[in-house]
Amino acid sequence: MTTEEKTTPLFEFKGVTKAFGGLTVVDRLDFQVNEGEIVSLIGPNGAGKTTAFNLATGLYRPDSGEILFEGQNVVGLPPHRITQLGIARTFQTLRLFLNMTVKENVMAAAYGHTSSTVIEAIFRLPRARREEREIAQLAEEKLAFFGQRLAGYRHGQQAYNLSYANRRRLEIARAMATNPKLLLLDEPAAGMNPNETLELTELIGRLRTDGGYTVLVIEHDMHVVEGISDRVIALDHGVKIAEGSFEQVATNELVIEAYLGLQGAA
Amino acid sequence: MEAGGDRQGIGVDDWVASHEHRLAERAGFAGLARKIDDRVPAWARLTLFAAFAASLPLWMGRGDLFAYGIFTLIYILLGLGLNVVVGYAGLLDLGYVALFGFGAYFYALLSSEQYGIHWPSAISIPVVVASTALLGLILGIPSRRLLGDYLAIVTLFFGQAFVVFVNAANPTVAGVGLTGGPNGIADIDPNDIFGYELISRTQQYYFILVVVLLVLTGLHFLSESRTGRAWRALREDPLAAEAMSMPVNRLKLKAFAFGAGIAGLAGCIFAAVLTAVTSGNFGLPILITIYAVVILGGIGSLTGVVIGAIVINVSFQFLAPENPQQNARVLFYLVIVLLLAFGVRPWWRLGVVLGGVAALGFAAHAVAGAISSSWTAGPVVEGGRLAGVISDWVIIPAGHERFANAAYITLVVLILTLTRVHGWWRTGLLVPTLYLTAVVWETSFVEQPAVARWILFGALLVFLMTVRPQGLLGTPRVEIV
Repeated sequence: MTTEEKTTPLFEFKGVTKAFGGLTVVDRLDFQVNEGEIVSLIGPNGAGKTTAFNLATGLYRPDSGEILFEGQNVVGLPPHRITQLGIARTFQTLRLFLNMTVKENVMAAAYGHTSSTVIEAIFRLPRARREEREIAQLAEEKLAFFGQRLAGYRHGQQAYNLSYANRRRLEIARAMATNPKLLLLDEPAAGMNPNETLELTELIGRLRTDGGYTVLVIEHDMHVVEGISDRVIALDHGVKIAEGSFEQVATNELVIEAYLGLQGAA
Repeated sequence: MEAGGDRQGIGVDDWVASHEHRLAERAGFAGLARKIDDRVPAWARLTLFAAFAASLPLWMGRGDLFAYGIFTLIYILLGLGLNVVVGYAGLLDLGYVALFGFGAYFYALLSSEQYGIHWPSAISIPVVVASTALLGLILGIPSRRLLGDYLAIVTLFFGQAFVVFVNAANPTVAGVGLTGGPNGIADIDPNDIFGYELISRTQQYYFILVVVLLVLTGLHFLSESRTGRAWRALREDPLAAEAMSMPVNRLKLKAFAFGAGIAGLAGCIFAAVLTAVTSGNFGLPILITIYAVVILGGIGSLTGVVIGAIVINVSFQFLAPENPQQNARVLFYLVIVLLLAFGVRPWWRLGVVLGGVAALGFAAHAVAGAISSSWTAGPVVEGGRLAGVISDWVIIPAGHERFANAAYITLVVLILTLTRVHGWWRTGLLVPTLYLTAVVWETSFVEQPAVARWILFGALLVFLMTVRPQGLLGTPRVEIV
């Protein structure tokens, strides 16, 4: 296994704890994601998966512990800085810019790696014009990743016109437009039909092979998890209860207990 | 990968998802206007507007040019600035007028006998614009973490504080009251182009037109830039914008400062054109008017701001106290007919309603006249042919003081009932309601132009918001689906 090589991981949680009032949602969590990996984060509802994402992207600040990206501690950085460093996410609850067009949604996310100023934009100075062209091209490229699903005539549609599955795709395209190294996908298959789920499984694979992204994904659909994961990390009550290949985790007693309750073990 | 069944799946999904959108697109004249707005490129629209606006002085009297031309342009400028803050960035800023006032007063201080300073516009306007932008930035710093209603309250306070400061505080600086208190500052220099003073209304008009065209062009480019998109993104979802690499707090400050800068520019022009500023110019009425301009035109749309400013200012000037009361009456009936034309479908039902109202009127008038001639002997406010028809149609009693009040209360009850019934009941009830509206108008409001003006203005806004909640050219906004 490649994970046994002792290199610096791309992304690492080191003893991260986060409590809301008396409830510890993430408890001394340690895990690593290596470059080029696809890792799944699973666990029952309320296990702390999305909280882990919110901690990673700076929306929450951990009470203790370190979150390292390319060896740099990102704790305390504002979310937009973390995204600029190369961590981009999608939202479980879908937070698109609904009253903007599909293409604008993706173009907007290029803000972090462009730099023309207000003055340059107003007077259409060369740098602003060049950047506009590049951003438009980037957006088309990212949308083309989804084949016919977000092609052509859809670029000019308002995002609220999209179907649920297409909104999930657009969220991924938007995250890709920030030029990240690590993509955090929060339940990308939620609300998709079996056909679309299958397509998504293939897409996540292509995110690595064609896009060159490292992917950390929260997913409940075990077919997806089985289909994509190099490694699976299982959480329960904010604690890592198992880690390994899909088969290892799926047969782990603690995981079965977390999902099915104590009767199974008794 | 692209199986046939798959594709059908997408189609059905999309059809459901875009159902509302297609309904909105179809809606009547406004839908057509929106389609035209979509198809005509921005430069063509700008050229069209520029050509029309440039022709104004050729066929308009000097007084009208001031009231209709210059004031519309100033409203456009103010609307454009507010549109950046409210329309793009989605920040509900109710202190906007204070920035406009600050710009006007600051220009006045730099170009009048108040301190004997007479800077040329080429220096004073940039200084004022930069200072107003800075003030907007400073106002934005404590406000940037406030959202929605809270931001509105804080900024409203700032707006009122400005009026009180200018009016009452009037601190003495260098032996002179800084703001002139309730008297304001008078004898302000006109704008000048490198020493050439713009004294005639026509010169001033063209100067402001050029400024407006430049600002429009700049804003168009800005809205299609990374900053413009980021502003709209933060309006839609600040958290997602932050997570997508946009520094939300800094962008909010930028929007505040940018909008303020435009308000400052409008202030310079306003002060120079009016040659005097007083605190009364920067109170709540103008704030409401600017918001009306932006909302009516369609929040976030540049063309919308221009059209909104034209509609608002023209109807406002049209209803001005010095104009004949006939104007208010014409507009009143026009609004009612338009409201019906947009609101009542299908066409034959509209015909039934209009015919019913006319018939009911003549019948009621005949019956009332037959009972006692005093019921129809009331004076009709003068106003051409329309007044003649109305004297035969609307019951205007002489004496019977309680009649107007009773009619008014009945009207309110009828309108409330109207909202609770549907179908044929609504159509049927609409007929007496409309007639009673005309009666109340003719007996109570037509003689009070000051009141009538605001009522009409309100009715116009209600009409527009009913027909197009998103404004004339706005995109239908969707919150959560």
